[in-house]
Amino acid sequence: MTALMTQHAPVLLIAIPLLGAFAVPILGKLGRGARDAFSGLIALLTAALAGVLAANVFGQTGAASLYVLGGQGFQLPLPSGMSVPVRIVLQPDGMSAFMTLITALILLAAVLFSFSYWRDRSGGTLYYSLLFLLVAGVFGMELTGDLFNFFVFLEVTSIAACGLIGFRVWRKTSQEAGFKVMALYTLSGLFVLLAIGLLYGQYGGLNVAYVANALSGGTLDLIALGLLLAGLALKAGAVPLHMWAPDAYGEAPAPVSAVLVANSQASLYGLFRVLFTLYGPAIRTETAGWLLITLALLTIFVGVTMALIQKDIKRLIAYGAVSQIGYMLLGVGVGLAVSVAKPDYGFVAMQGGIFHMLNDAACIGLLFLCSGAVIRAAGTSDLDRMGGLAHSMKWTGALFLIGSFALAGVPPFNGFASKFLIYEASFRLSPFLAVVAILSSILLLAVFVKAFQAAFLGAKPSVPVRRTSAGMMIPMVALALVVVVFGLFPGFFLDRIVTPAVNALWYGRDAYIGLVLGGG
Amino acid sequence: MKSGMSIIVRTVTRLVYGLALVYGFYVIMHGHLTPGGGFQGGAVVASAFALLLVAFGSAGIKGLLNAHLLQTLEELGALAFLGLGFAGIGTAFFYNLLANTGSCFGATVALGPNVGPLDTGGILPLMNWAVGLKVMTGIAAVVLAMLIGARQEEAE
Amino acid sequence: MNLGNMPFVAAALLILLGIYAVLFKRNLIKIVLGISLVETGVNLLLVTLGYRTDGIAPIFTLAPRAGPMVLPTPQALTLTSIVIGLATTALLLSFVVWIHRHYGTLDVRKIKELRG
Repeated sequence: MTALMTQHAPVLLIAIPLLGAFAVPILGKLGRGARDAFSGLIALLTAALAGVLAANVFGQTGAASLYVLGGQGFQLPLPSGMSVPVRIVLQPDGMSAFMTLITALILLAAVLFSFSYWRDRSGGTLYYSLLFLLVAGVFGMELTGDLFNFFVFLEVTSIAACGLIGFRVWRKTSQEAGFKVMALYTLSGLFVLLAIGLLYGQYGGLNVAYVANALSGGTLDLIALGLLLAGLALKAGAVPLHMWAPDAYGEAPAPVSAVLVANSQASLYGLFRVLFTLYGPAIRTETAGWLLITLALLTIFVGVTMALIQKDIKRLIAYGAVSQIGYMLLGVGVGLAVSVAKPDYGFVAMQGGIFHMLNDAACIGLLFLCSGAVIRAAGTSDLDRMGGLAHSMKWTGALFLIGSFALAGVPPFNGFASKFLIYEASFRLSPFLAVVAILSSILLLAVFVKAFQAAFLGAKPSVPVRRTSAGMMIPMVALALVVVVFGLFPGFFLDRIVTPAVNALWYGRDAYIGLVLGGG
Repeated sequence: MKSGMSIIVRTVTRLVYGLALVYGFYVIMHGHLTPGGGFQGGAVVASAFALLLVAFGSAGIKGLLNAHLLQTLEELGALAFLGLGFAGIGTAFFYNLLANTGSCFGATVALGPNVGPLDTGGILPLMNWAVGLKVMTGIAAVVLAMLIGARQEEAE
Repeated sequence: MNLGNMPFVAAALLILLGIYAVLFKRNLIKIVLGISLVETGVNLLLVTLGYRTDGIAPIFTLAPRAGPMVLPTPQALTLTSIVIGLATTALLLSFVVWIHRHYGTLDVRKIKELRG
């Protein structure tokens, strides 16, 4: 059984959540307990599979492995003697395994939180179905080695995410947000499809390794790169294409907002895969890197300044999430800009940027779950109208504070480790970058302290407050543990998890191509 | 939409509806030989359902199509598709373990233009049926939901 | 008949018309139609990419000759894209129905409760 799981882990990571998504409505007819137990089982199984895949891939120091869907090998021998690569392959390498770890962690926390979220409401069955569909799509985006397969999973996540954003149909703002986000997601998906069509028309193949090998960097290729950048950057939430993010994160139910962060990070992963592995040395990486750095600075700055003026707690955290995407872009952009000469600080920058993906997912997930508990306790999400929650919700307040400090980069939490790497490396490239990054972190700390003061401090409210239930507290404490442990031992996790991912992106392009084209 | 349309439309629908169903099932069944397959055939069958809804109104087809039955059939179709994918897990996911083996749908295929024998294709026709079931019930559920939504709008 | 580059020009026109409709039209349904136009343009582009001169349809059943056929892969890509477009349009229209029920209007300038 375990051998089966290990060998087929990449495809099972996509198939098990799909199975969960399709089977939950039938099991939901048997009652709430059956549905919750089944959802928890699927989440645990998915997390175990992600762990197995990570152990497999990281045990071989980040070397890519190949999984062919539907057959033994992916070459089809024609009668004329030529063989063409025909099948869809899943190609998990170090970076993919890292992203699946993040997604599995967020899924586990969100599903555990959802049990108590839906305790006294009805209609949760379809919610779990859509949640598992969204996660299956995110895993598919992160594991696939085929361009069109990536587009299909991109659209699956778009549809599932928008279904979840507009899930509470009795709220008018949810429907407005759902429409706007769906329109933007669809347009971005169509840009990506247009780019894939252009690449297919030129090179006649859809496999990432095949196209990467044949790519020549002409005008059409640059147009395709521009379209891919526009589509994926929109879905990741980079400024100036970030307009959907506060609506989406603010209107979705609290556990869904955490999974939407994983969704945005998967698009960011797609962006990195396109820039490093698909195009690689075919483009002028210095120009592309500086483009990423410019987007990153805009995102960091605009995200934090817009968060200052927010009155709704979830929109405030959403703008914080948008600005953190900027930090990831900054780290990887610095790495891309110097990826020809490959100095040491470029590697450190990539380490910081990619480690920040994990830290940001944990911190923002924790903050969104805390905000879910806060909104349930106060009955409103408006910061001006809540207050004094610390009297009855001490633990939630402490966890909110931990998440805020970690996100702002205060030691000894995990945000400090990744942000320090980014500051250090970007300072070597240009001191202006590090200055903007540090100032924005300080501003973010001020924003979250203001939010904490508005929600938790103050006079005790007159109406009794619903305390956070144990079911909500467990995933929040688990995420806070991740925040603290990764902050206390960053070196351990950097060496084991992050360095193979950076190796896969920075040095691993030839191995990635060679795995598909060099053998059977 | 409660009353449906005139008697001419209803009579013609009674005649044509069976033809549309048979055509849809043909497209699903021959998906591995001629253009078509699960989604296309399912969409044709669903458009036959939509024709019924428009011609007879929601009062006329009450009991024939209800949302719970459609949802259960949809889930069964999806689970059948995933089950067929898991069937060949010994080699790989989605492995076509019935092709070229001589069992059901397993006749060997000659390369080049042929007359299109039906029992080829392995698990492909079975997957076509699973997808066709899911699509026809899914699109019918969507059309039914929008019809109920429109009826509620009129009532308000 | 030699079509030249006409299918590509048609696809580009459809995409541009769709983007114009999404950006400049005020009715929500027209925006959804614009998105549908962009999808159609991209699908047309994908199918055109597979055309080979003097090719027949890539179907072996009762094929008229065993000669050159157009590429079947772009046709599979286009089918998948059409299915995705169906799901997307259904979801968008459901949102439009609910927005009309809540706001009472379909004018995109009046549906601005979420600001900032």
